[in-house]
Amino acid sequence: MSIKSQKDFVSGVMFTVTGAAFAWHAATAYSVGTAGQMGPGYFPMVLGLVLVLLGSFIMFFALVVETPDGGSIGDFAWRPLFCILGANVLFGVLLGGLPMWGLPSMGLMVAIYALCGLALLADPNRFTLRRWLVLASILAAGSYLVFIKSLGLTMPVWPFFLTP
Amino acid sequence: MDLLANLATGFAVAGTPINLLYALVGCLLGTLIGVLPGIGPVATIAMLLPVTYALPPVSALIMLAGIYYGAQYGGSTTAILVNLPGESSSVVTTLDGYQMARQGRAGPALAAAGMSSFIAGCVGTLLLAAFAAPLTEVAFAFGPAEYCALMVVGLIGAVVLASGSLLKAIAMIIFGLLLGLVGTDINSGMARFTLDMPELADGIGFVAVAMGVFGYGEIISNLSKSDIDREVFTAKVQGLMPTREDIRHMMPAVLRGTVLGSLLGVLPGGGAVLASFASYTLEKKIKLKSGELPLGQGNIRGVAAPESANNAGAQTSFIPLLTLGIPPNAVMALMVGAMTIHNIQPGPQVMTVNPELFWGLIVSMWIGNLMLIVLNLPMIGLWIKLLTVPYHYLFPAIVLFCAIGVYTTNNSTFDIWLVALFGLAGYVFTKLGCEPAPLLLGFILGPMLEEYLKRALKLARGDWSVFITRPLSAALLALGLLLLLLVLLPAIKSKRKEAFVED
Repeated sequence: MSIKSQKDFVSGVMFTVTGAAFAWHAATAYSVGTAGQMGPGYFPMVLGLVLVLLGSFIMFFALVVETPDGGSIGDFAWRPLFCILGANVLFGVLLGGLPMWGLPSMGLMVAIYALCGLALLADPNRFTLRRWLVLASILAAGSYLVFIKSLGLTMPVWPFFLTP
Repeated sequence: MDLLANLATGFAVAGTPINLLYALVGCLLGTLIGVLPGIGPVATIAMLLPVTYALPPVSALIMLAGIYYGAQYGGSTTAILVNLPGESSSVVTTLDGYQMARQGRAGPALAAAGMSSFIAGCVGTLLLAAFAAPLTEVAFAFGPAEYCALMVVGLIGAVVLASGSLLKAIAMIIFGLLLGLVGTDINSGMARFTLDMPELADGIGFVAVAMGVFGYGEIISNLSKSDIDREVFTAKVQGLMPTREDIRHMMPAVLRGTVLGSLLGVLPGGGAVLASFASYTLEKKIKLKSGELPLGQGNIRGVAAPESANNAGAQTSFIPLLTLGIPPNAVMALMVGAMTIHNIQPGPQVMTVNPELFWGLIVSMWIGNLMLIVLNLPMIGLWIKLLTVPYHYLFPAIVLFCAIGVYTTNNSTFDIWLVALFGLAGYVFTKLGCEPAPLLLGFILGPMLEEYLKRALKLARGDWSVFITRPLSAALLALGLLLLLLVLLPAIKSKRKEAFVED
């Protein structure tokens, strides 16, 4: 027996594992109760079990039903994936700091430059230093005016060593 | 006339200069973001939601309604000019709209989209105003069992419209329901599935889910595609107004689309998408007049009908939300989230407790539609300019707005980590061919469904047959079963494949 649809098989595994995790946790950590007197574990446990069942069906069909191109998942776009999510995380770290690791806040302005740089690297052929600086400066100035000045959102704007 | 008095209340609220301004700003912002390729209304609303936090509830909802219409209109513009639908309901618009643009008739196509949306919006708003009040009465007759049944129908509706595998769509709903349960259980006060993280005690922020799955997920898959097949028709847009001939062909199609859209929009489960596909299919069946191009080759009816159906459906899909508090699709699910943030519990009581809000919102929808036509048509040139900005300049800005938006939800960086996680999940879902919209709907409905199920079964002393012995609930469940059977029928199955083939 071989996998006829890669996409479906992997989705089936994903659903089964997620469902099992939820159902197991619900059944062991919380009281389940009965249908008439549901405990906090009842509903998630039932849902988790249904998800396991659905996931298994999906896996089964992925092994049995022929799909045109083998339901290939295709290549992961690792670079954009890493750069976009990384830019987002880096933005968070710089904006708020990481007290856990003793990293102080660097503020919105620094965070915007960092985010733009890493995000632009998602497409390395188009990345130039000038492009980065121009785009980041426009966005930094715009964000300052819109979010800080007009909308009055409260967040650290400047690095910790510049704030009194 | 109650209706007139109610509408007058609404105009008094929505017509204040400040609220008009919010509607206007909402429309502009919505179009601005919605016009970006690959960003649909869900992502747009999620991204712009934080902008409305500081406003009073009525103004915030008015602005959100504006954002929604703006986003839809922006999506149509992109569909016509770039052949890139931002959302499933504008997929059919690309068929004839893009062909018209290629023939140098982008102007009339855009105008037709705007005008038919406006006409449909007017009819939809009137219907909404007329039926909301009587339907709220019905809503008070609903017990917990009926609410459960209705939510199940809604979720089935979402599945029916999802493209791709039915099983996967159901699984995505369950996944969403489970994610919705994370956080403190209201009955026992117990923190569930929080992995001992205090930040999760209030549940997973729905803005983080929506933005991650729809915003980041889409950016990443867009970036991984090459932009060779993107061809923007910018130089060729001249002559905005359709000819008299165009209008003559278009009007009957607009009316047909409006009727179909209004009817289908009320159905739980994303009526707007169904409506635009159904109306296009209907137009295809209608005989061509002399001098008309066949549908699919740049016929103006192919733009007007789905756009009007889509907009009428969008309007009437507010009916189940406002009267029953149950969101029929992902966009409405976001609206529920927005209302909850402003401490409004959507449902039948909104109309009695807070009539200003209720009627103000309804009227502001009409105003939003009006704004679109008076502002966006003249500004088409500007939106087109925006489309010529290369994507690699745009996406860092989108990422930035997402990040700032999600941070300001709770002023905590925890949500930024969450959005990254859901961005990853969103990309994986796309890769695996699992549609994310049912997940979001399930996510919003999770706690509601649990609560009503608990109550229904408690009243029935644990007897599950309560769902089929109560006539209303039985009827609703039968409707859900019917929907499900319809999709499983081979004839419809192949039609559904055909309809989603452009995805």
